[in-house]
Amino acid sequence: MTKNMKIVIICLVLAALIAVVPLLFIHDSEFGGADGAAEEAIAAIDPDYEAWADPLIEPPGGETESLLFCLQAALGGGVFGFGMGYLICRKKYSKKEQE
Amino acid sequence: MTRSKTERYLFIAGVVVALFFGPMAVSNAMHIMEGYLPLGYCVLWGAVCVPFFIAGLFSIKRTVTQHRKTLILLVMMGAYVFVLSALKIPSVTGSSSHPTGTGLGAVLFGPASMCVIGVIVLLFQALLLAHGGLTTLGANTFSMAIAGPFLAYGVFLVCKKLHAPKSLGIFLAACLGDLFTYCITAVQLAMAHPSPVGGFTASLAEFMGIFAVTQIPLAVIEGLVAVVVMKALESYAKPELTELGYLGV
Repeated sequence: MTKNMKIVIICLVLAALIAVVPLLFIHDSEFGGADGAAEEAIAAIDPDYEAWADPLIEPPGGETESLLFCLQAALGGGVFGFGMGYLICRKKYSKKEQE
Repeated sequence: MTRSKTERYLFIAGVVVALFFGPMAVSNAMHIMEGYLPLGYCVLWGAVCVPFFIAGLFSIKRTVTQHRKTLILLVMMGAYVFVLSALKIPSVTGSSSHPTGTGLGAVLFGPASMCVIGVIVLLFQALLLAHGGLTTLGANTFSMAIAGPFLAYGVFLVCKKLHAPKSLGIFLAACLGDLFTYCITAVQLAMAHPSPVGGFTASLAEFMGIFAVTQIPLAVIEGLVAVVVMKALESYAKPELTELGYLGV
């Protein structure tokens, strides 16, 4: 295993750990969005404030919303993966690099 | 060569990450919500963003005409922002937030380019996902697509000056750029909603507690992922990175 590979694996494992640890140790939370928490804070600071605009289209529920978020991630992941695949194969099949 | 092995490891790692993060895409998170900034501030932040956006358009045009070869990397950086800003990750405060992904592109293509890419992502989320908003687009653009990338770029330059290892520079740039984005979000909200008791500072403390503290572990994750992506690009995209001035001269 090359040195780079080690760094890559350590980074990914660490990243996954950091994401999972809160889930293991905080049980009394649904991990709602921080912007929801901000809405509550605004309501506490400034009870008279009313949101004066609504989103044009709002997904009807969590399922549709997660669909759209998945779509966003899939689009990004697909394009990124395509680029990476192109670069990897270019290196693999170029004679110059192989010598 | 370990190349095919490398590919397989990367693929497996990718699947593992996807399995971890995939099921977590629930509930709202991040960006200032539609309608939660008074009109004056919406206009103010929108106006501040315009010059950056125009500079970004020119910067991308320059990339397209003068460094056409690097276009694929620019597209990949955009895709990277798409992926990262869709991942809502649980944090130590018991709420979730998502990384921004704009720091890495800023290091490679300069911070202005990321302004345009950030606007595209924010528009997508505001229009289709009811996440962020059109009235708050300016404020969110400023925090995620201007302040964050510029700080990330600055951090990377400083690390380069100090001859720090490239990976460390990338890590710090992506991590601090991410964190800074949410500090700016907190400042923007505190300016618009000063507390009747403690004023701006009391509100700022409140919003910092919500956004910045939640973001700390996520910023570290973004830094780590950025290092992984750069390691991959360093091995497979040498010509492009050299042309961008990241490698070599």
